[in-house]
Amino acid sequence: MVTVEMTSHLYRFFPQLENRVVQVQPGSVAAVLQQVEQQAAGFTDYVLDERGALRRHVFAAINNALVIDRQTLSDKVPEGGTLYIFQALTGG
Amino acid sequence: MNNLILLGTRKGTVLVEHTASGWRPRPVAHDGIPVCYAACDPRDGTLWASLDHGHWGPKLSRSRDGGGSWEETPPIKYPAGARYITQYLPTPDFDPDAPSGQPEYTDATVYKIWNISFGPPSQPGRLYAGTIPGGLFVSDDGGDSWELNRPLWNHDSRGGDLFAGDATSDNCWGGTPASIDYGVFEPGIHSIVVDPRDPDRIQVAASSAGVITSADGGRSWSGSNRGMRMDYLPNPEAPWGHDPHFITHCPGQPDHLWQQNHCGVFYSSDGAASWKKVSVPEAGVHFGFPIAADEKDGRTAWVVPARSDMERMTIGGGLYVARTSDGGESWQAFREGLPQENAYDIVLRHALDISGDRLCFGSTTGNVYLSEDRGESWQCLGHNFPPVYSVRFGRG
Repeated sequence: MVTVEMTSHLYRFFPQLENRVVQVQPGSVAAVLQQVEQQAAGFTDYVLDERGALRRHVFAAINNALVIDRQTLSDKVPEGGTLYIFQALTGG
Repeated sequence: MNNLILLGTRKGTVLVEHTASGWRPRPVAHDGIPVCYAACDPRDGTLWASLDHGHWGPKLSRSRDGGGSWEETPPIKYPAGARYITQYLPTPDFDPDAPSGQPEYTDATVYKIWNISFGPPSQPGRLYAGTIPGGLFVSDDGGDSWELNRPLWNHDSRGGDLFAGDATSDNCWGGTPASIDYGVFEPGIHSIVVDPRDPDRIQVAASSAGVITSADGGRSWSGSNRGMRMDYLPNPEAPWGHDPHFITHCPGQPDHLWQQNHCGVFYSSDGAASWKKVSVPEAGVHFGFPIAADEKDGRTAWVVPARSDMERMTIGGGLYVARTSDGGESWQAFREGLPQENAYDIVLRHALDISGDRLCFGSTTGNVYLSEDRGESWQCLGHNFPPVYSVRFGRG
């Protein structure tokens, strides 16, 4: 299994993901996110655009490394790994 | 009389109601989320807010109980294959003595849902949404689903049908600074006007392209920029490249349209077949963003003048509203109730509205003012709102 950790901002829109460990099957970032989508409908519309790419101001990392393929999300999340989803920092 | 005002602000949606003790804002909805546009469907009272999430993509939120509760609606998405030309790059065999470019294509994604407009009572469920990067979306089921209007997206002025292949014409649409928040510089549709006599007659305005008209319900479109003049391109009368900031019409005389443009105020009395520049710079009426037209008299309109393109602030530190009642031949300034020194308010394109004799506007400085006498005097509804992006009267 892999773990998905995310910015707490997303809990506002997907409260069903709060206060629990989100674990899904290993696979590409795209596959992992689709499994989260099954637990929280609409989730991918928040972190991906309609082309399936990471939104411009969303960052994702596998363990300690930023995801490289932001367009098709082919980077693999290995067994036991963690996919982190952050928002870019902004002001105002 | 209309007793509800919707404010789209940088920190959420604010509903201001007229109560027995005066105008009172309700607690903010969509707390902390920029709302670039909020409006009420006059047909059924549904409230709409366009959420401008910085990170999570634009969303639409809907309330069918007068703002008591809100629900997110299915997202607007560009269909697969929707592309547009973002710039021209040097060709591989580029010759500096005979420069030639080739288009760079970008897959379209929604950056901003800039405004929402409503169809007539004869088309229940018909909604329009104008977006950055320049797509017009249409819903016929009250916003449960949306479809890109392809004839406009595929217009010759944007390079033709890019779903089918490479460009067959030159792109003439520029970008708008309103899209820079997203790290891009793309065109945007900010105004959608539906003729109440004939719902197939639609005008949209795009920054920085111009006004585009359909007479057949969106199946075909043509530019409506005759008489327009711009002062930032080599040919001031070019058919494309104009920068309307907002267009509106007189509902009672829909052939009378008004346009606050980057390059002045323009008026049309022939359904946008031609425009006439009616700026009076010596009266301060030239640059600005919003414009409102009277509901019955097509020759009457209001603007909130700003100093200039380069100095986007009040004129002389004083805020005022100007009204014409003769088709822009003359303008009268109204200042009563508005600050006349140390004011820096700018009123954005969607932040002025009219309902009967009432007008209301909100500013980037968080001030909201209401007039109940056709703009002649003003009362402040609050000085401490977040920066205001839109002001629209509700229903009731």
